Amino acid sequence: MQKLEDVVIPMQPTSISIQLLAGNENYDEIPYLKPLVPFDDTVISFFDELSMILMKHPQGRDFPDVITFGFFIRKANIKRQMKSYTCLRSNVGRGVSFHIAPSNVPINFAFSLAVGLLSGNACIVRVSSKSFPQTDIVSDAISSVLEKSKFSDLKRYISIVRYQRNNEINNFFSSLCDIRVIWGGDNTISELRKSPLPPRSFDITFADRYSFCIIKAEEYLDMQNKKKIAIDFYNDTYLFDQNACSSPRLIYWVGSAKLVSQAKEFFWSFLHEALIDKKYKLQSMTAINKYIASCQSALDYNNVEIPKVLDNLISRIELKNLPADLPERTCGGGSYFEYTDDEPDKLFDIVSRKFQTLTYIGYTNAELNSLFIGKGALGIDRIVPCGKAAEFSLIWDGYDLISHMSRVVSID
Amino acid sequence: MIDNSFLTKPVFGLDSTSKSEFFIERLRLLSLHHYKSCNSYKKLLDAINVNPEEISDSSSIPFLPVSLFKQYDLMSIDSDDVIKTMTSSGTTGQQVSKIYLDRNTALLQTKALTKILESFIGSSRLPMIIIDSSSVIKDRSMFSARGAGILGFSIFGRDKVYALDENMELDIEALEFFLKKHIGKKILLFGFTFMIWQHFYKLLKENDYYIDLSKGVLIHGGGWKKLENQSVSQGKFKEEIKAVCGVEEIFDYYGMVEQTGSIYMECEFGHLHASIFSDVIIRRSIDFSVAEIGEEGIIQVLSMIPESYPGHSLLTEDKGILLGEDNCPCQRKGKFFKVTGRIKNAEIRGCSDTYATNFN
Repeated sequence: MQKLEDVVIPMQPTSISIQLLAGNENYDEIPYLKPLVPFDDTVISFFDELSMILMKHPQGRDFPDVITFGFFIRKANIKRQMKSYTCLRSNVGRGVSFHIAPSNVPINFAFSLAVGLLSGNACIVRVSSKSFPQTDIVSDAISSVLEKSKFSDLKRYISIVRYQRNNEINNFFSSLCDIRVIWGGDNTISELRKSPLPPRSFDITFADRYSFCIIKAEEYLDMQNKKKIAIDFYNDTYLFDQNACSSPRLIYWVGSAKLVSQAKEFFWSFLHEALIDKKYKLQSMTAINKYIASCQSALDYNNVEIPKVLDNLISRIELKNLPADLPERTCGGGSYFEYTDDEPDKLFDIVSRKFQTLTYIGYTNAELNSLFIGKGALGIDRIVPCGKAAEFSLIWDGYDLISHMSRVVSID
Repeated sequence: MIDNSFLTKPVFGLDSTSKSEFFIERLRLLSLHHYKSCNSYKKLLDAINVNPEEISDSSSIPFLPVSLFKQYDLMSIDSDDVIKTMTSSGTTGQQVSKIYLDRNTALLQTKALTKILESFIGSSRLPMIIIDSSSVIKDRSMFSARGAGILGFSIFGRDKVYALDENMELDIEALEFFLKKHIGKKILLFGFTFMIWQHFYKLLKENDYYIDLSKGVLIHGGGWKKLENQSVSQGKFKEEIKAVCGVEEIFDYYGMVEQTGSIYMECEFGHLHASIFSDVIIRRSIDFSVAEIGEEGIIQVLSMIPESYPGHSLLTEDKGILLGEDNCPCQRKGKFFKVTGRIKNAEIRGCSDTYATNFN
C-alpha cells in the first residue's frame, strides 16, 4: 500500500456538495490506489472505447472539440505518441492527480484527464461549475465505458467532479494529491495555491501566456496556398476569440518594407475572406474593446499607425518598436500588433517568461530552432507552424506532461 | 477661445441644414484646438491619420472611446487652469472618468443646460425638490456625476429641499414643510432614476404615504440598467411614480459626465432630443459606419461644449436607435432617438482567466 507522508488528510467536507459526473465517489480510497505505468494497456483500451463512442456521438457534429478529443485518444494515435517515450521503461505514475479545468475551454478537462491517466495516475478532475454540453457528453460516455466489467478496477482511478468555488473542497482534494494540475490562468493558480499540498506534491500550472507569429514576407508571397494559410491562422486565433494562450497577438514580419507591405495586403485580405466564410460573429463590445486597445496603444507608444481597414473584424496596430509591456495587452477578438524588420532578431529583446507559442509562416522549424534554441531566450515553449497553435499535445507549455506526472525509478 | 455665438441660437429651432453649417465648423475648430493642446489627442489622430483641418462633416470627426477618460488624464488646458474635476459614478474599486474643467467650459456647460431646460420648464426659477441626499455635494472641488447633476440642475431651483437625509431615508418633515410653503405652485423635482425608484417611490409606496406633487415637473436621468434588472420599464416607472405622488410631467434625460451640459432631454412623446449643442450618430459595430434611421447601433455623442478636455466626440458603450430628424411631433428640430441599453460585455471564448470572475 502506498505510504502517505506526514500529512493529515482532512475529512471529506460533508456539508458541501461535490457532484460526481463520472467514476469513483469514494475519494478517501484514492490515495491508496496502486499507481499505474505510463501508457497502461487498460488505460489505452479504455480511451479507445471512449473514442469510439465520442466519434460516433449524435451531437458530435455540433461539437467539433469533442470529435478532436475523440480523435486524439484513439489507440492508433496514443501508440504513435508512445513512440517518443521509449525511455520511460522504469517510470510509474506518481499516484493521485487533481486537475482544475478552466471554465471557458469546455473540452480541456478531458485532455487533462487523458494525460493524467496515460502517465499512470488516478485522476480527480474538477470541471467548471459552468455547464457545457461537452462536459456532459464526455462524462456520460466515460460513465458508460466504465460500466463494463473489464474497467471496474480502472473506474476507481477516475473521478469527474463539479463543485462551486470552495476552499474546503480545494483543501480536501489538494491534500490527497501528488500532482495538482491547474489550468485557467494566474488568478486561478493563486486561488488554488491557498490550499496546501503534501510535502512531496507539486503543481503543474498553466498560467496566462503570450503568443506570437513570425512571417517571412518573401516566402509568404511565393506561397500558393494563401487561402489555406488564412484558415489556419483563423483556427489559431478567432476560433477562441484570440483568447487562447496560444493565439498569436503580435505578428512579426520579416523582410524589406516593400515586400512586407505587399505580403500584408495579401495576408489580411485572405484572412478577411476567411472570416466572412466562417461567418465570424463580432460582438459589439468586442468591436469597442478593440478600438479602445488601438487608442491605448496610440497614446502609450510613439509613432503608432492604425491603418484604415475594411471593418472591425481585424484590428491592426503597427508598431515602430517592440515595447516590453506588449504581453500585458491582451484585448482579443482579433486585435493584432504588427512589427516589421529585416531580421527576426529583435524578437529576442522582448521574449520573456510569458511567451508561449511561436507560430511561423515561411520558415522551416530548423531555421527557427537555430534562431531561438540555445540562445538564452527566457520564454517560448512551442514553435509550431501556423494552424497548429491550439493543437493539444502531451508536451504543453514547456512541460513534458507524461514525464512530469510520472516518477522515475532509477535502477542501477 | 472659439466663437461662442452658437449660444444665442434657438436650442431646438434649427433644422439639419441650418444647424450643420456652424455645428461642423465648431467641431472642426474644437478638434483642431484639442489637437494642438492635448498631446494624447494629437497622438491618436496621428495614429489614425486624420488631419483635423480637413474635417468636413460630422460623421468624419474622430471619436474617443468614452472609457479612455477612465484610463488617462485627458485635458487641453494648463493644469493650473482646472477649476473643477468631475468624476463619473462608479462602485468602489471601479475606475472612474476624470473630466477637467476650466472656467470657460464650466460656464458653457451651465449655459447649454439652461437653454435646453428652458424649453421644458420655462425660464423662471421654481421651488425645487432634489430627490437625493445633500451629502452627495459636500466637496465642491471634486464632483461625482451625481453631485454635478444636482448642482447643474439646481440653478433652476429657487427654494431647494433635499428629499432624502444622510441615510437615504425620506425626510418627510422637511418635505411637508416645503410643500406647505409652496402650496399650489409649480415645483421642479430632480433626481437620478434609480435613486427615485429605490429611495423615494418605494418608501412612499411601502408606507402608503401620498404626497401631492400634481403640480410638479420631474426630471430624471442616470440610466435604466439597475431598473431593468428589477424589470421596471420606462412606462411602468412613469405610471408608478404618478400613482404615488400625482406628478404628471416626467422627463428622462440622457447624458454623461463626459459631456455635462449638452444633455438629451426626453420630450412629451418619449423621444430623446439632440439640441443645437449636441448631435448623436448611431454606428454599426461591424465597421462603425453610420446606421440608418430605425437601426440599432452604438451611440456616438457629439458636443460643442468641451474645450478644456477632448470630449467633443465620444463613442459610448450604449446602444440606441435614431428615430428621426427635424420631424418629431413635439415640434423640436434636430435628431431624436432612444437608448436601448448598455452594450453587454463580450462573452469571451478562450483559455484566459475566468475561474475567479465566475464566482464573484
